[in-house]
Amino acid sequence: MSAGGLNLTLHVWRQSGPNKAGKIVDYPATNISPEMSFLEMLDTVNEGLITSGQDPIAFDHDCREGICGSCGVMINGAAHGPMKQTTACQLHMRTFKNGDEIWIEPWRAGAFPVIKDLVVDRGAFDRIIQAGGFISAPTGSPQDANSLPISKLDADDAMDAAACIGCGACVAACPNASASLFTAAKITHLGRLPQGQPERYRRALAMVTQMDIEGFGGCTLFGECQEACPKGISIDTIVQMNRDYIVAAASEREEKVEMGAG
Amino acid sequence: MDLNSRIPEGPLAEKWDKHRFEMKLVNPANKRKFHVIVVGSGLAGASASATLSELGYNVSCFCFQDTPRRAHSIAAQGGINAAKNYRNDGDSVQRLFYDTVKGGDFRAREANVYRLAQVSVNIIDQCVAQGVPFAREYGGLLANRSFGGAQVSRTFYARGQTGQQLLLGAYQALEKEIARGGVRMYNRHEMLDVVVIDGVARGIVTRDMVTGKVQSHVADAVVLGTGGYGNVYFLSTNAMGCNVTATYRAYKKGAAFANPCFTQIHPTCIPQSGDHQSKLTLMSESLRNDGRVWVPKKKEDCGKKPGDIAEEDRDYYLERKYPSFGNLSPRDIASRAAKEVCDEGRGVGPGGRGVYLDFADAINRLGESAIRERYGNLFEMYARITDENPYKVPMRIYPAVHYTMGGLWVDYNLMSTIPGLHVIGEANFSDHGANRLGASALMQGLADGYFVLPYTVGNYLASAKLAKVTADHPEFKAAVDKVQAMTDKLLSIKGTRTVDSIHRELGNIMWEKCGMARNEKGLKEALELIPKLRDEFWNNVNVPGSGAELNQSLEKAGRVADFLDFAELMVTDALHREESCGGHFREEYQEEGEAKRNDEKFAYAAAWEYAGEGKAPILNKEPLVFDNVHLSTRSYK
Ligand SMILES: Cc1cc2nc3c(=O)[nH]c(=O)nc-3n(C[C@H](O)[C@H](O)[C@H](O)COP(=O)(O)OP(=O)(O)OC[C@H]3O[C@@H](n4cnc5c(N)ncnc54)[C@H](O)[C@@H]3O)c2cc1C
Ligand code: FES
Repeated sequence: MSAGGLNLTLHVWRQSGPNKAGKIVDYPATNISPEMSFLEMLDTVNEGLITSGQDPIAFDHDCREGICGSCGVMINGAAHGPMKQTTACQLHMRTFKNGDEIWIEPWRAGAFPVIKDLVVDRGAFDRIIQAGGFISAPTGSPQDANSLPISKLDADDAMDAAACIGCGACVAACPNASASLFTAAKITHLGRLPQGQPERYRRALAMVTQMDIEGFGGCTLFGECQEACPKGISIDTIVQMNRDYIVAAASEREEKVEMGAG
Repeated sequence: MDLNSRIPEGPLAEKWDKHRFEMKLVNPANKRKFHVIVVGSGLAGASASATLSELGYNVSCFCFQDTPRRAHSIAAQGGINAAKNYRNDGDSVQRLFYDTVKGGDFRAREANVYRLAQVSVNIIDQCVAQGVPFAREYGGLLANRSFGGAQVSRTFYARGQTGQQLLLGAYQALEKEIARGGVRMYNRHEMLDVVVIDGVARGIVTRDMVTGKVQSHVADAVVLGTGGYGNVYFLSTNAMGCNVTATYRAYKKGAAFANPCFTQIHPTCIPQSGDHQSKLTLMSESLRNDGRVWVPKKKEDCGKKPGDIAEEDRDYYLERKYPSFGNLSPRDIASRAAKEVCDEGRGVGPGGRGVYLDFADAINRLGESAIRERYGNLFEMYARITDENPYKVPMRIYPAVHYTMGGLWVDYNLMSTIPGLHVIGEANFSDHGANRLGASALMQGLADGYFVLPYTVGNYLASAKLAKVTADHPEFKAAVDKVQAMTDKLLSIKGTRTVDSIHRELGNIMWEKCGMARNEKGLKEALELIPKLRDEFWNNVNVPGSGAELNQSLEKAGRVADFLDFAELMVTDALHREESCGGHFREEYQEEGEAKRNDEKFAYAAAWEYAGEGKAPILNKEPLVFDNVHLSTRSYK
């Protein structure tokens, strides 16, 4: 073992496919450099597994820079592991010490079925966006960008919420497996901007409704999501979402009445 | 091979308008009947899919990630250029055009670049309309920053997450169209072949990465927006999944591959920390606005702490060598300069492969909070990876593979040499010549997807007379069988080497022999080494598992198989181009350390044609004509 290399024991969820039974399997991870990222540690273990004729551990990943939202596993019971505002791909092994035991499991939520090992299906998030997480501005010739000044504060707030990477850590961390933080982040991003106003209430109503259809739990403001969010999205967005939703629920009736009258 | 660039007649500034008027339109009632396949959901693919669907076409979009929002474009940090001239600093369409042609070292096609500069202004308007939260001034107007290779401030940005925000804008437009039924999305699907029938592209073959099912998809036109091939080097700033498979397999079906050797090595990346490294992380070039690049003047000082090296013992080599552009010199120049000082033994950090990027002056001048406001998330990222605090000690950076200017050859309509097969974004070769300027890839991806392709595809569909084809056609069956056979073959070898170990070895060869500096001897060695490694792969790779399940090793193996073939094409191209231009630096061709172009012999795009298994590719040339800019030696001194 070279100086500084860590020897660890991994307890990893293995599941060969959707709807198959899974179980925790133990693997040693030896001579792990503290400079490695968590995923590079898994790469190293996988190289060993392949070489010894075993099936490597499947996990989602792509950018390895904390921005694409592909990666995400429970590490010792915490979504993305122990470091605040850090995705699994950005977590470095220097966070662990020699001899540590590490439990690695997939996101656990009814709306995120396991595909294989640590890989889950997060398609429900796309469907929530489809319900209304956009501004209808078809490609064309919109007005000059600077003809619509937006206060820096609003732009900054919108940006804070827009930073969501759609990884699903908020759902995994929530005792109710609620997707409120994800949904609220988009509602806040678009609702803070003047361009987002025309569809603001429709959006809130449709997205919240879809969230329920997907089988995510309700929000009881535990705040675990905010703790787990690698991008530091604030739970205040959920307050905003609830407000918009209430207005929307009321105005939806009015809209229907108007339509009936016309 | 027909390399007609189909550049419209007329003065440069009027070509696109004129062409748009002359292109045929599809009757709105008929659009729904046309099925367009878009492979890729990055900035190029997502914007194209959404726009084509808005126009009424029946679109299918494919990506290999679990959702279109994770395409590699998401990782772009620094910004997007547009000739808005909001700063009143002398910018214009003409200037952006000129900067791009010059920055590309005169190896791009004038007409395409001019159009890019023209539509750049629409992109910003479109993105703002979608709710992209660009940075703003206190007055509420959009903010700008400057980027390498430009003397005007034309870069729009959203903190250090510009690519993310632009992609989310395009993704949301795409999801809107999916909900409306205009686009059918295929996530976790990998395209493994293009199907050509009667000489035109009529569809693709994919593998469902969850079930392993190999499937045919018939279409009236196919669009590839599958990104760049930087991962041929194994280590790069690209996302792990970036690959050459889609474009290489199209090449094997008859699409010419242009300028494969033009790759961009980005000067500001975090240096490699060890052999376990799986990818390299970019530190946005925007940092060079406020950071100063230096190394110790004396080798003996390299081991010292940077703070212990006196001001007069530091060599701010970019400021010294390129006084007018200084730290904002273009990427190829800044990268080579870093390699040079490290080769001289003046590099810092592990292995002496690093230079300092120092913010001390900027922090003194503007205060830490101003720097935090501008680059906070980049500094955090740096600290997380290196465990050092860049507010206190200078960052260490080193060049890394970042972008590929080469790609499938396309004409003015973004159509490849296979009629009906269009190529957009980083996957094509068109706009950046031999070197891309910072913040211009996002611009190009969105220009192609929102504002160019939707018109030109319409023109193609309105003019092409396509016979009815189904998935039972022998060409589809043959393609499916070929894909299946390759999967079976890869799974049957069960040798002793992992896919990654072979990929790493290939990367090493490419970086050493066909990287920042190239020479005839090294390139010829690479041409010996690559086939040997390819044999090793096909005889000794171990791909575990089966084809009927999620199998990440199998996915990687297919990509590496293509990289092994493609690497040879890249090296062949690098060897044939006996000049230095942009990112392609041939050591034999230099003048006082600067790249020496040979316009007499090499003012052309090299479009390589596949000649069959084991045969040397055929070189075709598209001469580049410069009527509007004067061919000059690129100088940033
Ligand atoms: C770290 C980093 C920072 C950058 N920063 C900037 C910047 O600040 N400004 C700038 O202008 N540029 C920047 N760039 C460059 C820019 O991000 C890219 O060139 C650009 O985003 C490419 O977009 P694209 O749509 O062409 O391809 P990508 O975004 O790479 O998308 C490719 C798509 O194709 C799909 N795909 C690929 N192969 C297949 C296949 N075989 N089957 C099915 N689907 C497939 C993928 O799933 C994906 O959806 C940066 C690049 C990097 C690496
Ligand atoms: S791999 Fe992209 S966020 Fe972790």
